[in-house]
Amino acid sequence: MEIFLQQIVNGLVQGSVYALVALGYTMVYGILGLINFAHGEVVMIGAMLALSSLTAMLGWGVPPLLAVLLSMVLAMLGCMVLGYSIERIAYRPLRHAPRLAPLITAIGVSIVLQNLAMMIWGREYHSFPQLIANNTHTVGGAIINDIQIIIFILALAIMAGLMVVVHRTRLGRAMRAVAEDQHAAQLMGVDINRVISITFMLGSAMAAIAGVMVSANYGLAHYYMGFLLGLKAFTAAVLGGIGNLRGAMLGGLLLGLIESLGAGYIGDITGGFLGSNYQDVFAFFVLITVLVFRPSGLLGERIAERA
Amino acid sequence: MNNPLLEVRDLKVAYGGIHAIKGIDLHVAPGELVALIGSNGAGKTTTLKTLAGLLHPAGGQIKYDGNSLHDVAAHQRAAMGIALVPEGRGVFARMTVAENLLMGAYSRGDKKEIAADVAHMYELFPRLAERKDQLAGTLSGGEQQMVAMARALMSRPRLLMLDEPSMGLAPLMVKKIFETIREISALGMSILLVEQNARLALQVAQRGYVMESGAITLSGAASELLGSDAVQRAYLGA
Repeated sequence: MEIFLQQIVNGLVQGSVYALVALGYTMVYGILGLINFAHGEVVMIGAMLALSSLTAMLGWGVPPLLAVLLSMVLAMLGCMVLGYSIERIAYRPLRHAPRLAPLITAIGVSIVLQNLAMMIWGREYHSFPQLIANNTHTVGGAIINDIQIIIFILALAIMAGLMVVVHRTRLGRAMRAVAEDQHAAQLMGVDINRVISITFMLGSAMAAIAGVMVSANYGLAHYYMGFLLGLKAFTAAVLGGIGNLRGAMLGGLLLGLIESLGAGYIGDITGGFLGSNYQDVFAFFVLITVLVFRPSGLLGERIAERA
Repeated sequence: MNNPLLEVRDLKVAYGGIHAIKGIDLHVAPGELVALIGSNGAGKTTTLKTLAGLLHPAGGQIKYDGNSLHDVAAHQRAAMGIALVPEGRGVFARMTVAENLLMGAYSRGDKKEIAADVAHMYELFPRLAERKDQLAGTLSGGEQQMVAMARALMSRPRLLMLDEPSMGLAPLMVKKIFETIREISALGMSILLVEQNARLALQVAQRGYVMESGAITLSGAASELLGSDAVQRAYLGA
């Protein structure tokens, strides 16, 4: 029972990070019908930017808490510029190209960003400084620490904020209008290029926060960390129904739980044959299962309708 | 005659190597209701899309209120007061009726007046008031046409372009929609109406153009066109 609770806690924390990243995939897909495979790298760049600025600021003697906040803001701004540039340089010229072209470009952008990060930050694992006293608490036998609590609450707050923006504001209406019918949106006076840019920037800002969360939680950052995380967040978006915001959040949390519970019990299930290092298998098992049995995801509409 | 609100000279549109519009001239004076009629594939919808900025002309000139629209993007034209109710209505199906109306006012900043206009739309189309919180995609075709028209009016356009407003609607609904067009026109709105139902269009319009395979073959007062032998034979089934 304690293991079960512990895995639920871990799963929810990890899942809330997946959800933040999955939202970036699903927002872009909803508006452009494009799977932005470079999104995982934006998460990584966010973590790296935060790491570098944090290290620099601590060196200058900036108080730790302020340094954490500032580095997070810097990471967000940096990723917003990055997200904007990716769309502007790599995707916009291909807006009317056959669908395969932007997809391949996305993979290309991803490789470029990985290599760029490797050149700047090197191949080694960087330890992410632990700056706040990370107290642990015991809830019904499960252990949860402050960083995990902060991650979970911050992620939920950001998601709630995004829902308010999308459903209650003029910008959100414009985003939904562009997602549904670009021509009609233009006829209403919506500058679709601007809305698309903003969408990329919003998704990238969330990715930056997710990158900082992951690094802070594991205490590590690495130029390759975005790859697997990106794939899993994409899986989460597909699980929830790609293009659907609530789906991305649900899919992220569910995937975190599935992975965590899977990792916790895989030893028991296979009689010790497979260990928790096989936890990544679950994400892709979920992806394949969803694609085979319910390609539109849990909350998705029929994708075939979108040309 | 007043200076025309919309003036089109030698407009040419090509896509996919086909010359869809082969150099047409037309104009709409302030307050005028002009019908553009013709059979399927004549280029009527292409003309409207080009005027709205969704398609780019291969040649010719479009002047709106005396200014060239050559380098003006579609969303900027909307803000300048050019509204198009597209063929197939183009309502945002996954938004509520109320949200659709707000989208119509997207380019406007005056919150109070927007709210007043929304209320006015609900008077003009009482059916929409009943359904304001419903998703537009769940409405009937006629109701969606009302949403599309109300949404266009929410931008307070100076030029309203309607593409086949009668398409796919039950006769009673067609009657209602055309009554509304007549009402809006009576208030002084300039309207360019594209219709396959030539008789209906010419009955409400003051002037008309007849379009055939990308060219305007006939134009004149609506009453004359209604009476002309050529139009009668080709479009009115007489």
